[in-house]
Amino acid sequence: MNTPGLVLESVACTRGGRTLFEGLDLTLSAGQWLQVRGANGAGKTSLLRLVSGLLPPSAGEVRWRGEPVAGQRDRWCRERLYLGHEAALKDDLDPLENLQSASLLAGWPASRAEARAALTDAGLRGCERTPVRRLSQGQRRRCGLARLLLSRSTPLWVLDEPFNALDADACRWLAERLGEHLQRGGLLVLTSHQSVPLPPPARELQL
Amino acid sequence: MNTLATAADHAAPDAALPGLFDGLRAVFQRDLRIALRRRSDTLAALVFFVLVVSLFPLGVGPEPGLLRTMAPGVVWVAALLACTLPLSRLFADDHADGTLELLLLSPHPLALLVLGKVAAHWVAGVLPLVLVAPVLALQFGLPASAIGVLVASLLLGSPVLSLVGSLGAALTLGLRGGGVLMSLLVLPLLVPVLIFGAGAVQAHLAGLDVVGHFSLLGALLLLALLAAPAVTGAALRIALE
Amino acid sequence: MTRINLFHFAAPARFHALAGRLVPWFGSAAVVLAALGLYVGFFVAPSDAQQGEAYRIIYVHVPAAWMSMFVYLVMAVWAGVGLVFNARLASVMALALAPTGALMTFLALWTGALWGQPTWGTWWVWDARLTSELVLLFLYIGFMALHGAIDDPRRADRAAGLLALVGVVNLPIIYFSVQWWNTLHQGASVTLNKAPSMATPMLLGMLLMSLAAWAYCIAMGLARARVLLLERERHTEWARAALHPSAEAA
Repeated sequence: MNTPGLVLESVACTRGGRTLFEGLDLTLSAGQWLQVRGANGAGKTSLLRLVSGLLPPSAGEVRWRGEPVAGQRDRWCRERLYLGHEAALKDDLDPLENLQSASLLAGWPASRAEARAALTDAGLRGCERTPVRRLSQGQRRRCGLARLLLSRSTPLWVLDEPFNALDADACRWLAERLGEHLQRGGLLVLTSHQSVPLPPPARELQL
Repeated sequence: MNTLATAADHAAPDAALPGLFDGLRAVFQRDLRIALRRRSDTLAALVFFVLVVSLFPLGVGPEPGLLRTMAPGVVWVAALLACTLPLSRLFADDHADGTLELLLLSPHPLALLVLGKVAAHWVAGVLPLVLVAPVLALQFGLPASAIGVLVASLLLGSPVLSLVGSLGAALTLGLRGGGVLMSLLVLPLLVPVLIFGAGAVQAHLAGLDVVGHFSLLGALLLLALLAAPAVTGAALRIALE
Repeated sequence: MTRINLFHFAAPARFHALAGRLVPWFGSAAVVLAALGLYVGFFVAPSDAQQGEAYRIIYVHVPAAWMSMFVYLVMAVWAGVGLVFNARLASVMALALAPTGALMTFLALWTGALWGQPTWGTWWVWDARLTSELVLLFLYIGFMALHGAIDDPRRADRAAGLLALVGVVNLPIIYFSVQWWNTLHQGASVTLNKAPSMATPMLLGMLLMSLAAWAYCIAMGLARARVLLLERERHTEWARAALHPSAEAA
């Protein structure tokens, strides 16, 4: 009933005795994206983990669709996608098995055909049944990102350095997918060392 | 512009219906598949188990009466060690490649996902030990009926070892101490299982009734099944913050 | 959540000051009570018909054993409070009590062995209570080891706190299982439970020693908590002031 919207209110984060940031206020609505910038160790990953719910804030509140995330675990977990630094792939499984397992765990089970289509779109046609340990770094990144194609109905995407280790083609592909997501009314939070080939962000945060 | 809002709203009520155990089943199948493709790890624990059991006669001498008395305790202690030491890696691999966070981020109840992982580990890593135990018991001269009681006690007690061990693994995730620290935490908690498990076989050898022992083992199993996965989930969240 | 007076001393600085005032009182009480208790136990109370003078070790053994269990319970409660309410001071209190509890356990084991020697001729008996004390010692060591192995203090507090809660739930099960194990395996129960029936001076001695042990544990717990607090909060104003009073005066 309520529209998708992310609100951070007076959020603070303390890790290992150090206060990374405090008093952070933020509102993100449908179709908007947030770019988080900062030097290494400034707390970009911590902020993203905080937004995705892996890390509870030391102060303040994160709200999704107007309600605190703590009280709506099921809906919050289904409507948020987090891709971290690691590709989150099991080396002993092939991309198809990895993708199906990941999407099932995320709450949106994908059929074999859908997973195959996603892998083809991500440029991994022909490698679907190769164990991930035999794929190159770039192919692994693509496999990890293929989850985006199966998360079209997930409004909030939280991506930590998604453009890392991607070649020019893959960067273009990813930018197109992100653009489509925003056009559909999705929200995006991402960090990147490089310049992001998207229209300027609605919000920028410098840590 | 609002297609995502409506899509999510329409999809959410239906998607809530998929079974409670879907996540458990998915994790179980995935981990089992991985374990079967990585047979060498399982084999190592098995060899360790056989080795430890075989060391005891070398240490105490081959006198048959002594070995027969020792057998239940020796097999059980070896099972304790062989089950708990490899468990320290239960979550470590997932943590390293980033898939552990998939479990924490999932809408499925974390306790059930953890249960799926532990179940897969038990089937792939602990069940072989239980199936090999009769052979080792023969080495110690245990009569056939006592071997039956031994296997039954292991079947009932080893899941408790895995469940409590998984808690230790979650608490010590990523720490330097590694397997030894985990064993230090977990072994004192497993003393009751050891006592009732080995005690069952000893009672049988003495001609006594084993119903009491098995009831207590069953009670411990029930308690572990109900409580351990949730506590392990809490420990995982603490470890990953 | 409205601030009740209960949380007045939850602020580290105030707790530090309060504890600083309490430690000398409890410490002196412990010394006085222990002196009185030992005097009563070793000189006033009559010797036992069966065990002679050797039984007097129970004046140390029994209070130590009681405190070892009680401190674990209190430690687990504080750890639980720290875990559930995210209260740092509660977790510090739990961490402060752990070594004292371990010491009590070790003392109970050691005096148990000393009792066993003249009574049964061996330095160690696998008596149900002693064996349970041994397992309890491992639980204490596990708690401290886990806390020490984790660098981040908050994660250390919460992980060790969870372990303490699991331990406290398991403790009755462990005691019961060890009791079961002991009665099944020993026909003639070699047990240290056979404390002589207590005459009044004996009870008095026991009571005094128990109170002494209790006061000692409180004093040590508070003292250690102060030190831990200073260490954790060393970057704050009040801690700096407490550590360098001369500089402040100057």
